[in-house]
Amino acid sequence: MKPKRKTIELFIDGKKVKGFENQTILEVALKNNIEIPALCYHSDLKIKGNCRLCVVEIKGRKGLFPACSTLIEPKMEVITDSKLIRKARRINLELIFAQHCEECNDCIWSFNCQLLKLAKKYRLNISRFPDRKKEYPVYQFGPSLIFDSSKCVDCRNCVEVCEKQGVGFLKIKQKGHLFQIVPDETKECVYCGQCIVHCPVGAFEAVGEFEDVEKPLSQKDKIVIFQFAPSIRTSIGEEFGLPYGTVVTGKLIAGLKKIGADKVFDVSVGADFTTFEEAKEFIKRLKQNKHLPMFTSCCPSWVRFVEVYAPDFVPFLTSVRSPHIILGGLIKTFWAEKQGLDPKKIVVVSIMPCVAKKYEIQRKELFLNGLKPVDYVLTTRELAYLFLKKGINLKKIKPEKPDDPLGLPTGAGVIYGASGGVMESALRTAFYFLKVKQKLERIEFKKVRGMQGMKQAVIDFNGKKIKVAVVNGLGNAKELLEKIRNKPDLYDYVEVMACFGGCIGGGGQPVPTDKFIREKRAKALYRIDKGKKIRLAHKNPIVLEVYKKFFKDKQKVHFIAHTKYFPLKKKKNEQSERVSSK
Amino acid sequence: MNAKWVIDKIKKSGLKGRGGAEFPTGLKWEMVKKAKAKKKYIVCNASEGEPGVFKDGFILENYPEVVVQGIKIALKTIKNSSAFIYLREDYYKKFGEKLRTLIKKEPIYLFKKPPFYLAGEETALLEVIEGRRPEPRIKPPFPVEKGLWGCPTLINNVETFYYVAKIIQGEYRKTRFYSISGDVKNKGVYEMPINYSILRILKETNNFPEFDFFVQAGGGITGEIITPDKLKKRVKGQGAIIVFNRSKTDIFLLMENWVDFLLRENCDKCTPCREGVFRLAEMVKQRKIDLKTLNDLLFVLKQTSFCGLGKGAALPFFSLIKNLGVKEIK
Repeated sequence: MKPKRKTIELFIDGKKVKGFENQTILEVALKNNIEIPALCYHSDLKIKGNCRLCVVEIKGRKGLFPACSTLIEPKMEVITDSKLIRKARRINLELIFAQHCEECNDCIWSFNCQLLKLAKKYRLNISRFPDRKKEYPVYQFGPSLIFDSSKCVDCRNCVEVCEKQGVGFLKIKQKGHLFQIVPDETKECVYCGQCIVHCPVGAFEAVGEFEDVEKPLSQKDKIVIFQFAPSIRTSIGEEFGLPYGTVVTGKLIAGLKKIGADKVFDVSVGADFTTFEEAKEFIKRLKQNKHLPMFTSCCPSWVRFVEVYAPDFVPFLTSVRSPHIILGGLIKTFWAEKQGLDPKKIVVVSIMPCVAKKYEIQRKELFLNGLKPVDYVLTTRELAYLFLKKGINLKKIKPEKPDDPLGLPTGAGVIYGASGGVMESALRTAFYFLKVKQKLERIEFKKVRGMQGMKQAVIDFNGKKIKVAVVNGLGNAKELLEKIRNKPDLYDYVEVMACFGGCIGGGGQPVPTDKFIREKRAKALYRIDKGKKIRLAHKNPIVLEVYKKFFKDKQKVHFIAHTKYFPLKKKKNEQSERVSSK
Repeated sequence: MNAKWVIDKIKKSGLKGRGGAEFPTGLKWEMVKKAKAKKKYIVCNASEGEPGVFKDGFILENYPEVVVQGIKIALKTIKNSSAFIYLREDYYKKFGEKLRTLIKKEPIYLFKKPPFYLAGEETALLEVIEGRRPEPRIKPPFPVEKGLWGCPTLINNVETFYYVAKIIQGEYRKTRFYSISGDVKNKGVYEMPINYSILRILKETNNFPEFDFFVQAGGGITGEIITPDKLKKRVKGQGAIIVFNRSKTDIFLLMENWVDFLLRENCDKCTPCREGVFRLAEMVKQRKIDLKTLNDLLFVLKQTSFCGLGKGAALPFFSLIKNLGVKEIK
């Protein structure tokens, strides 16, 4: 247990508040809903003190103090608003605006842009100084990310988060008197998109965000099928002003129907298939004692990380495809057959919390006889924008039911959206396969839940101790790989998600995304699971039906539900293409 | 010569850091000594970067043995410590060999500084030694608690170590080294009492001009602009005095000199220093100064900069306007 931290009492704007030893003024203010502007602060990152907007006054002391890096003291009297403070914030904001080439109409922050809000509050002249970054380049990283460095305000959150992800693709480069954030040409981006959700000013976005959102709907004479990822149902509501963690599954389905979806399916059903196959594969590997630990592979960014930075672990990834790829495949085979449809006429659109999924659907080894299982990926943010454009307000729309049969998931499929969900679902099903008698009723594996970056548990499989680990954040994964290299039998089964907290913290999720918000989104997923009648993937009627009627031979299962991975060589200049210099 | 004796001696002398910040030296030594850690570091800062300040170079050239003696006293006073001398590149070339012979087998290592001024800021200097970009650290923790590689670290300037040795030898007479330059007859480094006024120093060194002039005192770039009627004060900071012939000095060129230095040498970490200096330079170079904007920029530099460089960058401009009048820049 951690030692108890000393409580400190202080005053902020005359209000008595409590904090802990070693907390900063900003942390305590945030906790007490006292607003202090701070651009470079993010609960996931170290305190940098770069933007200098959070300055406050302290009674009895001369001058201004950055709230983000000033520790609280007993009886301290903090003032967060004064003439002096307003003046300092106003001028620093004007200087920040002079770095930031605005493109408000096409920005992921457009509705809750902190800069614009502050501009109004402090009555700025946002064009007091000419833009100094007009000529700065725009980069594209593979099929996933756009970085417009002319919007960057040099806060360095992206560099830090990229480093924290164990990748370090984004770096600082000195150019003349100033520096720029540039991609490191000797490295590869793994498309996790954490830069997007940690950039306070929208310098990063997904490819196609938001200009291509209507593309999937523009295909004439096609049957357009939308499928949405597990984590979307507890996050997209935020874009419409609903509280964090609001479950909007039915409303989401209704919205998708309204914009023209012929069918709406649920990727959580795909997840039930992934669980089923993955549990099978795990048990097989366990029996053969080969390629253990087995690593999950639902997360394309993690897979890419392994292929590029840890190729020695490629054989340890499960060969099972990710949920939306399996479901897309089933739509174009099983379901098309059942409906008597030409699969070429079907367009599958996945709504994902993720920008790496835009890259995943282009992987050729996933194609089914030349046909892509999934044709388009839109992020949570992109779908929200599309709804808005079509005049759909999720707050007001009446919920609708999902379509049969690929829209009815189990609770196991839903929790895939949070770190630990894949592991828990697979364990539930593996228990069934192994006939772990005494514990059949026990389906909750709480040790693998939660927002910590690294979780572990030992589970009794009929007397055999199975050691599992659940990791979120690629930096944590990198550390774990090192441990496993030193001690190969450390674990039997490992779940890795690239993003903090799993998909609920994905690079395609609404902004802001932080520790507090991720927790709310995740908890809502577990609430859904708890309320489901069927909480075991192998008990999903559609899973049983597909295995009985469609997956008749191993080859077919393999064709639709399994894939291959390849060690990738770092190619120079391949994917951080400079798309323009404006 | 035990540790307590040494620290008491330094404390009694009233010696304050000669790198510019003027922190009481005895207290600093005591803090590092008392910090609980298995390993500790000592850094002698010889990064002297501002034009117009050249006294550390002078001391290294003429009295390297005294400086090394000062560092050796620190090594003895602070248990389990090793030391770095952090030298700007030309000092490294010029004095490196001599220093090595004086160091002999003591754990004192020479470190060549990269060409950034800010690397003279004491925490940025630590970043550089640790192999990172020269940028200041958030304080607290202060280096005396957590410095190099997280260990308690004593950072003193060359001149400070010089005087520590003098104090222990009983030869400290409350003097300091002044760098005098500009439109003067006798440019150079002079050792004189700390309480001398600028006026007295200029007179005693036979440098008091016969023409109308002003001086910049303290740092060579970040020093204060002072007119002849206000010379009855002592020199602060790094002890520089630069004399300017008022009728021959182009104020804009002077300011351009400042902004060029600041642009080149700041680290671009924080908004006011990165953007503020950039905009300041823009105005100065275009010879178009808007007083309100200038005042706004100087305000955020002074009030909100991350480290001493940005905070100090406002003083020369403020004092120039205040003491020479705005006409000069209009």
